[in-house]
Amino acid sequence: MSTQAITERSPSVIATPPPLELLDVSKVYGEAQLAVQALRGVTLTVHEGEFVAVMGPSGSGKSTLLQLAGGVESPSAGCVSICGRALVGQSSAARAQARLGAVGYVFQALNLVSSLTAKENVALPLELAGEKTKRAYRLATEALIEVGLESSVDKFPEEMSGGQQQRVAIARGLIGDRKLILADEPTGALDSVSGEAVLRLLRAKVDAGAAAILVTHDARHAAWADRTVFLRDGLIIDDTGGPGDPRDLLGPL
Amino acid sequence: MSVRMALLAILCDSPQHGYELRGEFEARTGSVWPLNVGQVYSTLQRLERDGLVTAAAPTSDGHVIHDVTNAGRAAATAWFTDPIDRTSPPRDELAMKLSLAAATDLVDVRDVIARQRVSSMRALRDVTRLKPSDDESFADAEAMGWSLALESMVFQTEAEIRWLDHVESRLLTQASRRRESPARRAAKPVPERVVNLVEENR
Repeated sequence: MSTQAITERSPSVIATPPPLELLDVSKVYGEAQLAVQALRGVTLTVHEGEFVAVMGPSGSGKSTLLQLAGGVESPSAGCVSICGRALVGQSSAARAQARLGAVGYVFQALNLVSSLTAKENVALPLELAGEKTKRAYRLATEALIEVGLESSVDKFPEEMSGGQQQRVAIARGLIGDRKLILADEPTGALDSVSGEAVLRLLRAKVDAGAAAILVTHDARHAAWADRTVFLRDGLIIDDTGGPGDPRDLLGPL
Repeated sequence: MSVRMALLAILCDSPQHGYELRGEFEARTGSVWPLNVGQVYSTLQRLERDGLVTAAAPTSDGHVIHDVTNAGRAAATAWFTDPIDRTSPPRDELAMKLSLAAATDLVDVRDVIARQRVSSMRALRDVTRLKPSDDESFADAEAMGWSLALESMVFQTEAEIRWLDHVESRLLTQASRRRESPARRAAKPVPERVVNLVEENR
């Protein structure tokens, strides 16, 4: 039974490549004696309709993992593929193009453009990916309504509270037809009720077919994922597996 | 958990028979703590013995309707308003297990922690999936009770996972100190001046 499950998931058999694949990925910052090994050979696949949480203490490599998954940084060794396209060896511009339409980010740093309204901020990645402005604005307005910001659509970031700005960033990360959503502590500035609403939204996107990685130190947030991997010193030390995973039937090995 | 007081508190709202009472308890707490009907009947008998509830004559279909006495109502109110008793903390099997695991060579305590963390995380995921949305949980008192009972499990399981992380980091710190301490002694030889002083004072 487990052999069959493995065969079904192997890349040679599966029709569409997984939205995210990390193969034996390592990342070293700095050189020689000052070198810091942030990741030490991490292998992780996130399938369509799968929501994976990455938990670990600060310094365990979880944010690095997300930076690599999004092609923001290049691995020192190993291979990162988004939707079957290996990011290794590509220029940073090519990597940026590869992630523009398919990958949505919800990071700790908000990175909102202060001279653009909430709607324009949310529409920006769609426009950059070639979407027509009118349609991008319509989708952006819908996304802002989804995060409960219908009254702030035309406000500038400085006119909004920290929590509202964070929700704009979330709407921007989730808008459009994202194949892969990368989230790093997305509920940081939100109260627990709004935070849960964001996680439900992320969950809904995944249930609709997207793949998502959530980096968090909060087990209650990770609990919205199908599967949680635990990172320590740049290594995956444990993995809950998904619900209905063959490992659940076998019990802890 | 005090099933006895919980059942008494429900009886304060309306007189009912044991089977109904069990259903009402499970509905209000979202079946998080399943109760067998035998336990309900034996609890009602003890409540009656203690003068907190009365039992009417059996109805035509054989049900015994229980009602709360004035003393029972006072006891239920006091149960709600008094903070819970902490003089005898409930036995926590996991805490017990880890304390013992840390002190024995029978198992690797870090392996014990790792297995428990995976299992606790799965439990947290499964409970989270049952959580109703805000709109659903605000629908009525019963839905709110179910939602609150689930959330209590969410917070308890989260605390368990955080505590496991804490125990793990404490053990790692201990291990690294043990490794360091002989080295530290070697790295800091007793200064010659001190040795001489000790020799002089012999």
